[in-house]
Amino acid sequence: MTLPRTSFAFVFAALSLGFPQLASAADFGVNATDYDGAAWSPYLVGAGIGVLSWLTFYFADKPIGASSFYATIAGFIGKFVSRRHTESLKYYQTNPPAVDHGFVFVICTILGGFIAAWTGGEIRNEWLHPMWVDRFGDSIALRAVIGFVGGVLMAFGARLAGGCTSGHGISGTLQLSAGSWLAVIFMFIGGIAAAMLLYTSL
Amino acid sequence: MFDEPLKLVLGLVTGIIFGVLLQKGQVAKFQKLMGQFLLKDFTVVKSMATAIAVGTIGVHALVALGLAEIHIQTASLARVIVGGVLFGTGLAIFGLCPGTSVAACGEGRRDAMIGVLGMFVGAGVYVAAFPALQPMIKAMADYGKVTLPQLTGTSPWLWVGGLVALIIIALAIIERIHPKQPDTKL
Repeated sequence: MTLPRTSFAFVFAALSLGFPQLASAADFGVNATDYDGAAWSPYLVGAGIGVLSWLTFYFADKPIGASSFYATIAGFIGKFVSRRHTESLKYYQTNPPAVDHGFVFVICTILGGFIAAWTGGEIRNEWLHPMWVDRFGDSIALRAVIGFVGGVLMAFGARLAGGCTSGHGISGTLQLSAGSWLAVIFMFIGGIAAAMLLYTSL
Repeated sequence: MFDEPLKLVLGLVTGIIFGVLLQKGQVAKFQKLMGQFLLKDFTVVKSMATAIAVGTIGVHALVALGLAEIHIQTASLARVIVGGVLFGTGLAIFGLCPGTSVAACGEGRRDAMIGVLGMFVGAGVYVAAFPALQPMIKAMADYGKVTLPQLTGTSPWLWVGGLVALIIIALAIIERIHPKQPDTKL
């Protein structure tokens, strides 16, 4: 078991270093380093996420996913309020809230986002986005209410579907899961329809 | 309650890298996600498709060598169709998804923090409503935890090869129509 593990680590390293070069050598007309000022090419970022999925499958025997984190936190809050009621819920009997790999992963994504924004001079302690202001004005209360409602709906949908953009959209599709391909198609249908309604003037 | 330490350390390392990639790739930005749904900016599709192409090769190699197993969700039509549409709608209303919103929290975005609170509530509502949702879920067909190769009785490598080729062609076309995007205001 040790030999294939070590050799795999080398293959992973070689491919993860090599792929961005391959991606730019294939030349989509993009240089990975001069994409949008401080930002990185989406091909470089995508390849990096792909390699993260290899590592997660290999070392944790799990796919990458973010949305179960929210049910876990809800479970911790529930346990704090009423331990007995929370533990009686069917969902938590099959998915008991725990500080597991996926939990640490999402918490550390906040840290990663902070590191990237800080090093790139992109810390934005703001409520609004230019595109939002153009469409809905500069009320912070409105943005907060709509953001909250959207978050509720999205997390409910993610738990019903069994995954989100990462769980279904990347991890499920790359495993060629039939359900994930269907889910991602319907996620885009819902997203495109709602965004067109919200942001397109009729 | 706690995973084994190796898995927690892996979560720590990969989580930080994931957050850095999302933020640096600009996919943790409201206008990029909305730009994608409005079909004006293809940064999100470019990075997702590349992740799928790179990921599918390595993960299927690991599975073929017996070093990992396939872990997928059930193909319940009610779950993926209703859940998928609700998810997409909520995403367009909020403006960020469950992974990118935490990266945006790291950027300091206040609205992302509120959306994350909303997601705790939404996930809790789902858990509470789970038994009541069963009749709706069972009203439609469920094909189980099945992959496309299993469903069609074909080799996974046929699908991996076909998918990677398709993604390369699709990205080449998208790059021609929507090249390097300026950080548009839309």
